[in-house]
Amino acid sequence: MSYKVLIVDDSKLARMSVAKVLHGLHPDWTRVEAANADEAIARARAEKPDIVLLDVNMPGRDGLELAADLRALDAGMPMAVISANIQQEIVARSHEVGAAFLPKPLTEKALANFLLGAQARLKSTAT
Amino acid sequence: MSVDPAIALSDDERDALAELVNIGVSRAAASLRTMIGREILLSVPSVQVVTRLEAARIIGERDPEMLVAVHQAFDGEVCGRALLIFPQTKSLELVRAVTGGELPLEDIIELEQEALAETGNIILNGCLATIANLLRRSLKISLPEIIRGSGTDLFDLAGVSEEESVALFLYIDFAVRDRDIRGYIAMLMDLPALAALKRLIGDLIDREAESA
Repeated sequence: MSYKVLIVDDSKLARMSVAKVLHGLHPDWTRVEAANADEAIARARAEKPDIVLLDVNMPGRDGLELAADLRALDAGMPMAVISANIQQEIVARSHEVGAAFLPKPLTEKALANFLLGAQARLKSTAT
Repeated sequence: MSVDPAIALSDDERDALAELVNIGVSRAAASLRTMIGREILLSVPSVQVVTRLEAARIIGERDPEMLVAVHQAFDGEVCGRALLIFPQTKSLELVRAVTGGELPLEDIIELEQEALAETGNIILNGCLATIANLLRRSLKISLPEIIRGSGTDLFDLAGVSEEESVALFLYIDFAVRDRDIRGYIAMLMDLPALAALKRLIGDLIDREAESA
């Protein structure tokens, strides 16, 4: 089963890094990218991604506010916050909006574990 | 301010550099959070290539008062200086936060130098080490040194005061939640270091672009 993943980060390098890890795990999955919260909301509405991977520290609305907005659009969509800011407040707020927290730089193992859970969730809601 | 276009950063290089600093400072903030027990709030990083004079002017405009900085030099394929800067009036507050807030004022004043150096060491080392790892290079990092003065004083160290020398000036603001503490991290590099850094950043971008 191929899924569509929305990657949100204000840094192009960071989007490339996440895309590279994702491509290594699932070369057939579709990627959609956004550089800020507004763009992410527009893309989420237009493209209906299955999974969202998002950065925290972005100009304008940050990733945690964005995650809450995305959660309001789709209550069951698997989301992961990817950040080097591993302070417990950030991790806790990610969990509050129902997003996993993955440390940046992103490793293949961390993303693979998250995606396994995400796929299981998507399959169970699809049936 | 006129900067030689040959050393100006491309959009991709600027982006990559901002992301490196963002990762480095975010990791370092997590260490500071452990020391203080309160959340550290971070801004989005800003990256500029400016003259040393211009860098001092930017700092002076942001904080016209006296400043305290913890300064560490780094050396390797890229060399330069990293500074953790606070307004002088916030430095005792930081020491109070780091030492747990139970100590009388005279003890805090006595501990100030040492506590600042240790805080700076943890933040700057954490930040520089993360950046070095991402660039796959090792950096030698000097012991922390405390400097007090204006923006110009802070950037006028070790005789490198040529007015036109260029600095890569990166800064990110931080503040401590519910405490009146704020400051920022700045990094300065000269022309040859900037050229070396551009090469390493280029390699990093190439690595990340593989099959992405």
